[in-house]
Amino acid sequence: MWFATLVTSPSTQSGIELLATPFLRNALIAGTLIAIAAGAIGYFVLLRDLPFATHAVAHIGFPGATFAILVGASPVTGMLVACVGGGLAIGWLGHRSGEREVVTGTVLAFASGLGIFFASIATGQIASVTSILFGNILAVSSTQVIVFAAITAAVVVTIGLIGRKLMFASVDPVVAAAKGLNTRLLSVVFLVAMSLVIGISVTVVGVLLIFALLVTPAATAIRLTARPLWVVLISTGIALISVWGGLVVATYLPWPPSFVITTIACIFWVAAPFAARLRRSDSESLHAAGQPAISPH
Amino acid sequence: MATTPASGSVDGAGRKQIVTSLATAAIAMRDVAVARGGRQIWSGATLEIPRGSFTALIGPNGSGKSTLASLVLGQLQPSNGSLSVLGEVPHRGNPAIGLVPQNHALDKASAVQCRDVVALGLAGTRWGMGLRGKQVGLAVDAALEAVDGMTFGKRRFGEVSGGQQQRVSIAQALITSPEMLVLDEPLAGLDLLGQVEIVELVHHINHDRGVTVVFITHDLNPLLAHIDSVLYIHNGTPQFGTTDEVVDSDVLTELYGTPVQVTRTADGCVFTRAE
Ligand SMILES: Nc1ncnc2c1ncn2[C@@H]1O[C@H](COP(=O)(O)OP(=O)(O)OP(=O)(O)O)[C@@H](O)[C@H]1O
Ligand SMILES: [Mg+2]
Repeated sequence: MWFATLVTSPSTQSGIELLATPFLRNALIAGTLIAIAAGAIGYFVLLRDLPFATHAVAHIGFPGATFAILVGASPVTGMLVACVGGGLAIGWLGHRSGEREVVTGTVLAFASGLGIFFASIATGQIASVTSILFGNILAVSSTQVIVFAAITAAVVVTIGLIGRKLMFASVDPVVAAAKGLNTRLLSVVFLVAMSLVIGISVTVVGVLLIFALLVTPAATAIRLTARPLWVVLISTGIALISVWGGLVVATYLPWPPSFVITTIACIFWVAAPFAARLRRSDSESLHAAGQPAISPH
Repeated sequence: MATTPASGSVDGAGRKQIVTSLATAAIAMRDVAVARGGRQIWSGATLEIPRGSFTALIGPNGSGKSTLASLVLGQLQPSNGSLSVLGEVPHRGNPAIGLVPQNHALDKASAVQCRDVVALGLAGTRWGMGLRGKQVGLAVDAALEAVDGMTFGKRRFGEVSGGQQQRVSIAQALITSPEMLVLDEPLAGLDLLGQVEIVELVHHINHDRGVTVVFITHDLNPLLAHIDSVLYIHNGTPQFGTTDEVVDSDVLTELYGTPVQVTRTADGCVFTRAE
């Protein structure tokens, strides 16, 4: 990887030299892993109409993390456990989808309140709580990097295996079920993968900014192309650029990386419709002849 | 490939043959009843739908037409009687049956290309990623060609017209080269020309490839020129008859519960509500 050479190169200077420090190296590796994991699931989060659920799962992770701090355990572990529990709960509630938004929002608010309650008991941990809410990629430890690598590998392999079935079950659930796909099981497997990715992504962008890594890059990619593999690749690319950009800027300026990461992701999202319009007017002038009249709706 | 003829056959003169032998019926029911949520939907169905036939399935809203389709697809079990579909007990995921579901609106229609919707019909049940393998691509081309859909294959499903979406759904159902096609109200929401186009398309699939067709509809008129038989759910019992038997002023008047007038025309017949 390119940053490995940067990190070990003895002749580099100034900001680049900072990369040799363990905390920046960990941040870079963790950020890269998380961007890949987010890219793998972001497309399906959109296909399955789960953006709000990612937000909710991150909030459900919050009391898990503050409770872990309270009892002296690792906040990342607490976060992961609570996120997976929350993800499964949302999947179970999803069957009565009429009430889903209300139930999810209510649970979200309760979880946030519980998180603040635990944090208030764990006095003197304000910094930890802030980093859970807003992310602190510079605080990632070497052990956490190993956990993130394991989770990212597991998620990428899982999506690589079930990607097609998951797409069928997400886009066309009626026919997928008629063709014998176990749409319930696929849903549970995906929710667990999604919750794990949310759990680790919180370390980068925090509970409050999770959308920027899990939803915004995929939404940007879908504006540009409808081809599934391209959506996954482009959204991974945007997540990588955002995370790396955040780290690079953070080495020069006293800004929090989370701010830069979310800003870059949002700039891509805002710019995407213009890029899509350019692409479309290109292809329209190419295929103008022979196109049947279309009634838009 | 979607071009392989399945059951039924086309004889030398280009006329399809309808196989009526008991063992080879496309759908055979013996005193079948079905219940949903503890409530009986219909019962007493004893009938045989021949292979290679083009059958319209009619009945009022809520009479159990879609339920009958679910039964044929193996998604529901009969609460009574015995049922065989293409000579087997119905089972989910049978590639020999293609389904075009009612209101086939996709959840994230504007995120996927029509081609991919078709490809999912073939590859969507397989492990792995990606829908652009060469073999899948050829099958998608063949299926889209069969529905005259090559011009809009690369557009997003949510951005093509209702009639074009219906063609994509039919291509998706055809891509496994099924022996039987079940279409659940594919004419809903289409204008007169759109309806005629879909009916002609299905007629060719039935006539040229020998695919058995069960076509659920509210309006029999657009189908009259092409159907061989009608399956109608009346007073809680599905019944089967040839088009000539069912499309009769007295029978339809009884069926619709309102006076119906059948008029023979050159290319079939029409029926209207009598004054
Ligand atoms: N999943 C379900 N659980 C319980 N009952 C159901 C279910 N689906 C349908 N029903 C009931 O079964 C009956 C038949 O429904 P079905 O959808 O088969 O009717 P239909 O003839 O297709 O109607 P339409 O013309 O409106 O499509 C209805 O009374 C309906 O309320
Ligand atoms: Mg129905």
